[in-house]
Amino acid sequence: MSRQATGTAFVALLRRDFLLAYRRRAELLQPLVFLLVVVTLFPLGVGPSPTLLANIAPGVIWIAALLATVLSLDSLFRSDFEDGTLEQMVLSGQSLALIALARTVAHWLVAGLPIVLLSPLLAMWMNLPDEGLLILIESLAIGTPVLSLIGAIGGALTVSLKRGGQLLSLLVFPLYVPLLILATSAVSSAVVDLPYTGQLGLMVAGLIASLTLAPFATAAALKLSLS
Amino acid sequence: MDYAELPDSSHMLAVSGLSFERYFERVFEPVSFELNPGSLLLITGSNGCGKTTLLRLLAGLLDPSEGEIHCEQQPLYAGHFPAIKDDLSVEENIRFWMKFMGTRKSGQMKGLCEQVIKEIGLTPVALQEGRTLSAGQRKRCSLARLLFCDESLWLLDEPYSNLDPQGIAMLDSILKTHLNAGGACIMTTHGSLRPEGFDLQECHMISGRERYAGEAA
Repeated sequence: MSRQATGTAFVALLRRDFLLAYRRRAELLQPLVFLLVVVTLFPLGVGPSPTLLANIAPGVIWIAALLATVLSLDSLFRSDFEDGTLEQMVLSGQSLALIALARTVAHWLVAGLPIVLLSPLLAMWMNLPDEGLLILIESLAIGTPVLSLIGAIGGALTVSLKRGGQLLSLLVFPLYVPLLILATSAVSSAVVDLPYTGQLGLMVAGLIASLTLAPFATAAALKLSLS
Repeated sequence: MDYAELPDSSHMLAVSGLSFERYFERVFEPVSFELNPGSLLLITGSNGCGKTTLLRLLAGLLDPSEGEIHCEQQPLYAGHFPAIKDDLSVEENIRFWMKFMGTRKSGQMKGLCEQVIKEIGLTPVALQEGRTLSAGQRKRCSLARLLFCDESLWLLDEPYSNLDPQGIAMLDSILKTHLNAGGACIMTTHGSLRPEGFDLQECHMISGRERYAGEAA
């Protein structure tokens, strides 16, 4: 078989994913609106005291980002699984890890990147001091790809289940815990003028590890779900 | 699956004693057959006797519990799921698969895509979204893959379902061209529709459960 060049297939898949995302833009907005609503609820629930909000801001914004990401993960492989696209991709002879990576990159660009872009607004709502803003954006820029990469493993494992969404969140939340601790600790440290590069360094290490390993785990999980 | 060299190189595919177990129960009784270039194998049997499972085994989507599959290369599998995105038009769907899988044809992608759409008879609906297609049009759209992929062994699961008489004639002519060019095809059918005018082998499948019921009686 004269297999298509890997790069061409990767680009074709990315283009298709962006086109699909554009056609289903309402579906795409839901996690973002959810993120905004969750963050808005906190001042109403815990009280509008500026110091209290500033203290909990990193945690609230990060937890809301986790929830919004998990909301969009269930659909990552589901429609491709249900209409037979996934089995054709597996049979196409292309590397399954590369297909998984393409889907994950597309997921981050349409679901993770908007969270990073929205974070200054969220920081303002939560009265986060200015010293923490840049670090919050940095931590989200490093962390949200990790959320997509690890989440893709969970999405691939639960894709053959009819209602995999809840199981998916149970599977991936424990894996997000180290990231959450590092990110919130980095932002809180920056606010009180403590060093934070250690935490960010560990997050970058996590990003590199998941970027190189998660696509293979996702590929194995997809193969398992198809048989 | 084992893509090892065939013992006898004239066969495109050789299957011996192949069976599959699901939850410790045989889905179908062991089957053995060989397929030469240019031949068509028709797999018959009642609903639920394991025809689709057999094709998925041959495609490599499942691993056999017993027996061996010797196959020269990855076959093309067209199953029950059409692999068509509802939010993309017919043209966008076909173009994506051509880019993703590669095509044996040469020339500009746009022209090729139009040609394939014309051959499968979907020109009038080429710009419509996948969700608006009828079941027969979906089937045609998923069969478009036969026209641009260059695998020499085709595994077609109930290819005639939902097709109108013109669609059936179209598929038969695509199949004839493929077989004449030295390709081979394995096709399942539950019996109501059979390919006409082909020189074909036949393999009748018996489900594991049927066999067991026969022995008990």
